[in-house]
This record gives sequence, C-alpha cells and structure tokens, in this order.
Amino acid sequence: MGQKLIDLADVVRSKNAGPYELTIDIIFDNIEDYNLVKEKAVITREKIAKLYQVPLADVKDVIHFEPARAIKVTLKRPIPAGSPGERDVYGAQQHAPLLDLEL
Amino acid sequence: MQAEFKILAPTAILGYGFPIKSFEAGLTESPDIIAVDGGSTDPGPYYLGSGKSFTDREAVKRDLRLIIRGSQKLDIPVLVGTAGGSGANSHLNWTEEIVQELASEEGWNLKVALIGSQFDKEYLKRKLTAGEISPLAPAAEIKAADIDNSTNIVGQMGIEPIMEVLDTKPDVVLCGRAYDPTVFAAPAIKAGFKPGLAFHLGKILECASIAADPGSGSDCMLGTLKEDSFILKPLNQKRRCTVTSVAAHTLYEKADPYHLTGPGGEIDLTDTEFKAISDREVEVKGSKFIPAETYTIKLEGAELVGYRTISLAGVRDPIMISQLDDILDSIRAMVRDNFDDLNEDDYQLIFKKYGQDGVMGELEPNRDQPVNYELGLVIEAIAKTQELADTICSFTRSSLLHYGYKGRKATAGNLAFPYSPSDFRGGEVYSFSLHHLLEVDDPIKPFNAEIREFKGGN
Repeated sequence: MGQKLIDLADVVRSKNAGPYELTIDIIFDNIEDYNLVKEKAVITREKIAKLYQVPLADVKDVIHFEPARAIKVTLKRPIPAGSPGERDVYGAQQHAPLLDLEL
Repeated sequence: MQAEFKILAPTAILGYGFPIKSFEAGLTESPDIIAVDGGSTDPGPYYLGSGKSFTDREAVKRDLRLIIRGSQKLDIPVLVGTAGGSGANSHLNWTEEIVQELASEEGWNLKVALIGSQFDKEYLKRKLTAGEISPLAPAAEIKAADIDNSTNIVGQMGIEPIMEVLDTKPDVVLCGRAYDPTVFAAPAIKAGFKPGLAFHLGKILECASIAADPGSGSDCMLGTLKEDSFILKPLNQKRRCTVTSVAAHTLYEKADPYHLTGPGGEIDLTDTEFKAISDREVEVKGSKFIPAETYTIKLEGAELVGYRTISLAGVRDPIMISQLDDILDSIRAMVRDNFDDLNEDDYQLIFKKYGQDGVMGELEPNRDQPVNYELGLVIEAIAKTQELADTICSFTRSSLLHYGYKGRKATAGNLAFPYSPSDFRGGEVYSFSLHHLLEVDDPIKPFNAEIREFKGGN
C-alpha cells in the first residue's frame, strides 16, 4: 500500500498570506522524510493546481525551506478573505486534501 | 552601545491574554521594552471597514493594565502595534480611551505617543494619478472610485515614525496600522542593533509564544538581541523553543520564507542559521535587511458591499439530499421570478452546504462525491439594504421549506431549523478594496504623530 503525506508529515497546515492568497506548509520532524518527499516531487505546482482545481498560473513556485524541514506552496484564493461567497476567513481549513496525497 | 537589548512580548494580539506568572518571569529579566501587536487583517475586512475592533474591550483593558503596570515598575516603554485591530483612527482612539481610563483608575501619569495611520483620500487620489500606487499581486488595479468607496484606508508604517516619537521618551506608544515587526524592531534599531536581526526577531515576537513548542498565542516570549544574533526564550516553563518551532514559525502566514518584504526593504533569510543553545532556547544568526530602492507603504482598505441576513437549517431526507443542487437552482429561479423588479446587483443569494463543500467551495476535490446522511445548509442573502436582505433570505427559506421536489415523501417540510427565529441579521458586509503599495519620499510624514499627557496621579 502506498504511503500518504499524512503518514509522514508532522504538520500540514493552510493559512492566509494576506487576504488574497492561501499558503500551505508541510513540515517534517526528520530530514529523511523531508528529503524523501522533496526528491519524489510529491508537491509540485501541477499537482496542487489539479488537486485544488485551479489554473496553474494561480499556484506559486514550491519553496523548500530546509531549516524547518518544510515545503511551502502558495495559491491565489478564488475569493478574497471575507468577501461575499468566501468560506474560510482565516484560510485555516484548506489543507485537508493534501493529507491523502500519495508518495 | 549596550551589549544586549531585551524585548518582552506578552501575547500574540493585545486582548488574547497571558498568564501573570509568565509575564512576571519576563519582568525579572529586566527587559528594555514591552511590545505587543494589536491587530491583523486575518479576521477579515469587516473590522477595518466598520472601524470596530475584533478584540474584546475588557480583554484588551486587562492586558494593558498588567502590561503598563509592569512597565511603570521598571520605567520602560510599552509599544503597541496596529492598535484596536486594524489601525484606522477609530481603532487608535478606542485604544487611547482604554489607556486614559487605566491612567485614571491606577493613578498613573503617562506620556502617550499616538501615531495615526489613516490616509486621506484626496492625497491618495493624487498619488494614484501620479502613478505612485500599484497593486500588490494578486490584487487588481484600482480607480479613484475605489478610493472614494472605501470607508477606511490605512497604511502600514515602518520603523521610522516610531523611532521619531521615541525621542520624546513616551511611556506608551500606540501605533495605528504598523508592519507587525516594527514595534519590536524600532527601539532596538534606534539603540544601534542590526536591522536584519531586529526585524527577524520582531517577526517572531509579534506572535509571542506561537513560535514555541507547545505553541500558544496567549503566553509570553523573551527576545534578546545581541550584536550578531538573537535568542528566543519562552517565559512559561512548560514551553520550549526548538530549532524546528522557531524555523517553522518563519514560514507562518508568508508566501516566501526567504524574503519577507516590508516598509522600506526586505528581511533576507537566505543565510539565516538556527541553533539550539539549551533545551529551551534558540539562537538565530545571519538574517539581513536589504533596503529597497524606493520606500513603499502597504495600503489596506475596505468598502461596504451590502448587508447580510442568514438562515441556518439542516437536511436529513436522503431523497432531498440526492437532488439538492437542482432544488437550489429551482429556488433561485423562484426568487428571481418573485422579485423581478429587482436588478441583478441589488442582492446576492448564496447557499453553503456543510457536509458537501461548505468549507472549501470550488477548491473541494470531493464536491461531486455522494454526501453523507445529513447536510447543514446556510442560506445567505447580501443586499443593498438590510431590509432587502431580510426579505430575500425569508422568501428563500420559506420557498425551500415547502418546495415540492421530484419523488418527495416528506410533504410536511424540507428543512430542520435549529432556532426560532430562524433568520439572523449579520449587518454590514465589507470587502477588502485596497491591497496596494504607495511610494513615498519620506517614511515619517504620512503618519501623524501626537503626544498626550494623561494625568491620573497627583
């Protein structure tokens, strides 16, 4: 059975980066898991665009931040935080689909 | 120059509270300043737009009473960033009034510096015409009308206006909208410490103990700035700072952890090193500040877009759930038909289906999957007047309650209302209207500073 991100990552979270963007952090508690996910390119702009069903242009470059053993990716919100029709003002519950990403 | 500069950060947002024991442990460290962030755009556009605070007045007063009392004992200044939550004049005045009340209740004589950050619309329109306002992606270009339609527009101050008022030796500095790290960094930079380290420390301290493990937005953190590094120490013995907790916090709420852009330049973390120096303290080195060629101030604005009324209901019937999207389309058509004298922009009707895609909407990968045995439904009307929002919400609710969908068995009613009354007024609805950069020649002049003396004692 394939391993999923939920099995390896210590932290998987989403949050506003300003009112117009959502930023996703995936943090590992050891360098081996971080490197494995990085080398397998589990997180790419293309995969994020597909998972969240947004245009590729709305997903920024994936950033690897080794001091925190973290992978970060930021996407444009379909609706700015708090505008009519928006659903998650703090952007704190938009991470869940990532948990099931397979390695 | 002094060898060390110590900053006590009591809580992540003024009003979020802190344990007295942690705060007192901080005072025994002989800090040079106590600094705290008072706001954020995270709670959404309502607070900037309406001029109200998202924090509770009594909770803010409790925090300020303890903070100012501690600062008076040590004879050190207190700095508050983004006072009142969003930094418009009404937010700043709200905080000032609390400090004034405390001075009289506690018998304090306080010199209070106020730094306003609300921007004049005529000034901004001139700057727009001159091409000195540009959108911060992914925000869009604005027109003069967007400035006129905004109820409040604030600009994030840098360290310069704060450094300037520190010359007057205030007891308390209340800033309007301020770039979060500035109230921590400005006094340290004025004392001669390196801006890159001071800003990076400020970026962490503005969230107090969120950077600790376990993290908390309601507990105190101590930052000690040295010539070539800074040290973080949580003031509650239950918490530790680890390389991971501190480095991970650097990512928080930012799109790019290596380059944190603010007024007048960016914090460059490309060469930053994090090192554990005890089992609960972390030392950080190598963070640099790169000044920008042009000094820019981030503008934030919010505009009124209507008034909201909502109704909450549950759906348990499997036949209804299986056709819900079609049923809601039919209800929309009924509303349009019943109010055919209204224009399309007079109201918006929004359905949120919790249990299907209530949380993520169009980002939800599972929105086309069969849903569970029950759904929560929010019927929401946003209209140009509160009365019209009431009318649209009420008509939608009653139409949906009795709508005869195909194959219906439950002919007595389609919705379970948890409350009577079933409808709730949400009041004014705002949207962010400005998220732009303003070019300035002088980083101090756009911010209006005033000194007040509050005489509570004899």
